[in-house]
Amino acid sequence: MDLFNNLIFGFSVALTWQNLWFCFIGVFLGTLIGVLPGIGPLATIAMLLPITFNVPPVAALIMLAGIYYGAQYGGSTTAILVNLPGETAAVVTCIDGYQMARQGRAGPALAIAAIGSFFAGTVCTLIIALFGPPLAEVALKFGAPEYFSLMLMGLVAAAVLAGDNITKALAMVVMGLLLGIIGTDVNSGMARYSFGIPELTDGIGFIVIAVGVFAIGEIVLNLGETEKRAVFTNKVTGLMPTKADLKASFWPIVRGTGIGAFLGVLPGTGPAIASFSSYMIEKKMAKDPSRFGKGAIEGVAGPESANNADAQCKFIPTLTLGIPASAVMALMLGALTIQGIAPGPQVMTQKPDLFWGLIASMWIGNAMLVILNLPLVGLWVMLLKVPYRLLFPAIMAFSCIGIYSVNNSPFELYLTAIFGIIGLAWAKLDMPPAPMLLGFVLGPLMEENLRRALLISRGDPTVFFTRPISLGFMIATALIIIIMVLPAVKARRAQITDPSTPR
Amino acid sequence: MKFDWRNNRDFFGGLMYIVTGAAGWWIARDYPFGSALRMGPGYFPTVLSWMMIAFGVAIMMMGFKNNEKIKGNWSIRALIVVPLATVTFGYLMEEAGFIPALLVLIPFAAVAGREFKLVEIALLTVGLTILSTLMFIKGLGLPYPLIKGWWGY
Repeated sequence: MDLFNNLIFGFSVALTWQNLWFCFIGVFLGTLIGVLPGIGPLATIAMLLPITFNVPPVAALIMLAGIYYGAQYGGSTTAILVNLPGETAAVVTCIDGYQMARQGRAGPALAIAAIGSFFAGTVCTLIIALFGPPLAEVALKFGAPEYFSLMLMGLVAAAVLAGDNITKALAMVVMGLLLGIIGTDVNSGMARYSFGIPELTDGIGFIVIAVGVFAIGEIVLNLGETEKRAVFTNKVTGLMPTKADLKASFWPIVRGTGIGAFLGVLPGTGPAIASFSSYMIEKKMAKDPSRFGKGAIEGVAGPESANNADAQCKFIPTLTLGIPASAVMALMLGALTIQGIAPGPQVMTQKPDLFWGLIASMWIGNAMLVILNLPLVGLWVMLLKVPYRLLFPAIMAFSCIGIYSVNNSPFELYLTAIFGIIGLAWAKLDMPPAPMLLGFVLGPLMEENLRRALLISRGDPTVFFTRPISLGFMIATALIIIIMVLPAVKARRAQITDPSTPR
Repeated sequence: MKFDWRNNRDFFGGLMYIVTGAAGWWIARDYPFGSALRMGPGYFPTVLSWMMIAFGVAIMMMGFKNNEKIKGNWSIRALIVVPLATVTFGYLMEEAGFIPALLVLIPFAAVAGREFKLVEIALLTVGLTILSTLMFIKGLGLPYPLIKGWWGY
């Protein structure tokens, strides 16, 4: 069978000593930084990107993927132990996970989070292996109109599902598109919005924006707030969940995986949506919903599986279509480009070792995470006690080295500083930065495909509605917008996305 | 509640969009617009700039309605020090080398915090500099002079 051959080939790539080592470094660094508060997966990957420059492409991608799910995972550890979500998706885990920890059941909570994530990771590895190749086949038939419609759908989905205010999120997408224009126009060779600065004719690097907004801006923001962290210092004892725990968690894990995988394939949706949805469903299905919020293990098992499934399935559109499904995936594609590989459906056929090796490594990485996290949880707890006043200079040092190493240019650091200030302004004005980053990455691609599509159709804009695949994307885009402005959904969304979430 | 624009979050948010959009439109006037069939380099930016202005107006209207204030505290010190430290690092990497750049960056950045303990920061600075040198220069082979003109290149 093809699937098996492909997977075996993947494992043969992922199981070389070199790739295993990079996978380990990735999940280790990811967990390490994910546990630290105030820095999410996006900034972590942006910061650590230079580490992969001198590494072969397969190993580089394996390591970055490891950092990604390691950071996700670290986020839930802090959610359970200190009620502090390392990233937005872990907000849900705080609700019941922290309650479990307070009842002395931190061990089972951590264990079930690990088991759920591992299960979700395994299922999603299979899903990618099954659906990746046929999707890439379809994608090879895409022309400019299809790409444009698909990206439009992704951007709208990203905006609609990102925050609690659709107008602002859409506005930020447009902001990103406009920022993406800076640089030389590919069609005419004209420098646009470069203000006569030669460095700007190459455009702004997306790492500059990511680190500027998500690392530097975040530091300035955090320093404005008073530091309050009640570290839960009790020792974690009794890691093993009881039989009853496992039984109660089984279906939530399966359902969470399903929800996460489904939402994961849609470009634009973040892992937070997956974990919130899973939590809501578990609460609805529970015999006694009042237990939720008071340490129900289902409230940890479901969302944790969902967010891991979502994170992993984001690789499907990213790898098969070459379109980043989230801001983090945009960084992954950026890494691919730095390695000299053009992202797109052809990656699978031209670089099978990269595709299948990466998939196999995800499963291995998830297994490593279980081993790394359960016995070593004491170490991570210790890390939590590092005060922020020591942490942020270190984050700054690594960020600065990372930025400088991209182009060996001090100019990038000046830009980063500017985006740090802009990032702070956005945060204070309640503008969600994640849709902006996606718009920024997709902007140039969208413009190019729009121009090409209209050139082929001789300026006839109906081309987007007469080709079946493109029409499908357009209808889906319209549906997303319609559903989200329906009053019933609107009220529900407000409830989901705003449980006064700590940043 | 009386409308007060001075601390109105969405008023300023909308204003930011309108100003950005207007600036974007103003600059893009010089770029050939073209037609839908053959879009010039000015087509996309101009359309986006108008969208920015439209969103700006919409967000400003929200501000008139909801009167949300800008939340949280500010640290003016952090706002000045953190970007300045970033810029200094870039400058020193170019002029002085990897080690001096880090030796300046870390304590400089630390000043942005509320607490500054001299011994602690000194240890952090030395420790992080050694670690970064081993990791990035020795380990990953990034080609930067450790101290310019003296050590490295």
